[in-house]
Amino acid sequence: MAATAAVLKSEWTKIRSVRSTVWTLSLAAVITIGLGLLISLLANNEFRKMPLQERLTFDPTYISFAGMGIGQLLMIVFGVLVVSNEYSTGMIRSSLAAVPQRGQFLFGKITIATLLALVVGEITSFIAFFVGQAMLGSHRTQISNPGVLRAVVGGGLYMALIAMFAMGCAAMLRSPLLSLSILMPFFFLISNILGSVSATKKVARYLPDQAGQKIMMVVTRNDGRPYGPWVGLLIMAAWVAAALLGGYALLKKRDA
Amino acid sequence: MIELQALTKHFGDKVAVDHLTFTVRPGIVTGFLGPNGAGKSTTMRMMLGLDLPTAGDVRINGKHYADLREPLTYIGALLEAKAWHPGRSAYHHLLCLAQSNRIPAPRVREVLDTVGLTSVAKKRTKGFSLGMGQRLGIAAALLGDPRVLLFDEPVNGLDPEGIHWIRNMMKGLAAQGRTVFVSSHLMSEMALTAEHLVVIGQGRLLADTSMAEFIAQNARSFVRIRTPQPEALRDALHSTGITAMASSDGAFEVSDARAAQLGELAAEHRIVLHELSPQQASLEEAFMRLTAETVEYHAHDGEEPPAEGRPAWGEGWKQSEGA
Ligand SMILES: Nc1ncnc2c1ncn2[C@@H]1O[C@H](COP(=O)(O)OP(=O)(O)O)[C@@H](O)[C@H]1O
Ligand SMILES: [Mg+2]
Repeated sequence: MAATAAVLKSEWTKIRSVRSTVWTLSLAAVITIGLGLLISLLANNEFRKMPLQERLTFDPTYISFAGMGIGQLLMIVFGVLVVSNEYSTGMIRSSLAAVPQRGQFLFGKITIATLLALVVGEITSFIAFFVGQAMLGSHRTQISNPGVLRAVVGGGLYMALIAMFAMGCAAMLRSPLLSLSILMPFFFLISNILGSVSATKKVARYLPDQAGQKIMMVVTRNDGRPYGPWVGLLIMAAWVAAALLGGYALLKKRDA
Repeated sequence: MIELQALTKHFGDKVAVDHLTFTVRPGIVTGFLGPNGAGKSTTMRMMLGLDLPTAGDVRINGKHYADLREPLTYIGALLEAKAWHPGRSAYHHLLCLAQSNRIPAPRVREVLDTVGLTSVAKKRTKGFSLGMGQRLGIAAALLGDPRVLLFDEPVNGLDPEGIHWIRNMMKGLAAQGRTVFVSSHLMSEMALTAEHLVVIGQGRLLADTSMAEFIAQNARSFVRIRTPQPEALRDALHSTGITAMASSDGAFEVSDARAAQLGELAAEHRIVLHELSPQQASLEEAFMRLTAETVEYHAHDGEEPPAEGRPAWGEGWKQSEGA
């Protein structure tokens, strides 16, 4: 117990003493909030030109999270760097010499990084929501409406989970460049493409990002996902758990 | 005490460490010697639980490294490759290591002071020179005030001032009764600091001996004589039954007589001498002989094969081993 606390303290020192933490997390927040603001503003101005179908299923909560698609990429960069910098810099050898219990080291690091991502994610999510609603004029929703608070809290959870997923992948792949060059295109393009091509649509709904995003939706008519918000988040969490276990299994048996 | 038992490491087909068995004894400096690629760094990484052995075992005070709690308080290590984040300050690097082993934070200041990095403690290590990097590595090793210290090629690439500093540091640590295990590919480095020697080549143990014993067995002493009258000298030596070997630069080398005796002999025969000097074959040569058979990358720059009259490579060791 004392040992775990010591490792957490040490990982907190590590994470706060490098610049990449600050710039990845603040960019994630700024982009998510800023893009959400712009797109909410646009939606409000163009509302009357939208097709009837879209107007009927208009989700003012989800639209204020429109920046999340790009913002999550910065969360991924954060998650990747936190883990893979250990390898790319050689720090891993100091770290494991100090904490040879590899599971304790890895999960200590991931706990601290996730808590930080969660705090930033929740703050970002709440600000994005309120800023977005302010732009939506008469189309806005209220935090007290059914499902809205869950969606806003869920936005922060989503950001933390996507960062965790990146940490697990980076623990498996070790190289920051390799990790980023797989994860960035996947979450920026490939997942979206798979989600819009009819042949793969049904399967793509179970990808971590598409499943997890359900938690941020309030109006879910015709969203095509055969599961509720919490089950969606659980599907994403299962992906995260798989990535973390994979990372742990490899760390356990590999040379540092 | 560090005990290795048939410690073995394969990288694919490559056997980096091959059934190494030896013990690093407490309270002295043990030199860990071997040519480049002999497996020194790999062995040290296995001692620290960083590389996992293919077979065999290594224990620190009877325990596997991974079973040590707060290992930095038992054993500190300076590894070959740099092991810190260049974007983090020296202070924070040491602080995070200290915290993980519940070493009080003021100790960070102390070790920074010991290695002379206090003035740059808050700077990111990105701009550190090689020498400053070594100092930071040593600060990390000293952090937990451990009884055992491992240094992997600590003077590699350093300037004379840095080398001097590290040597003194190691001597100081040994004088405090700590166990120091230091690797090098240079015998000369060991001769200055080590009391005990472990020599490996191609991952295999070649020697495990005290420094004094190694010197006694391997250091050939002889007298060098230079004269403008080589024929006369040769005859004079021959008449007294002393054998002289001509060295490549025209001098003679005599191993079975002392300088005084040779000087008197020359005076008796009125032979002019330009040089009469007792010599000690360097330990470097002895080390080269010992490891020559196992050196992985021979220089292919037209280097001459061993000169006639000298013992063949490796022969010296085999003889002394049999003795
Ligand atoms: N991670 C690795 N993967 C593959 N081969 C390695 C690795 N580390 C070391 N080796 C090989 O193992 C041998 C011993 O290397 P090393 O322990 O670094 O020797 P030394 O420190 O004595 O110079 C070398 O042939 C080296 O190329
Ligand atoms: Mg080495």
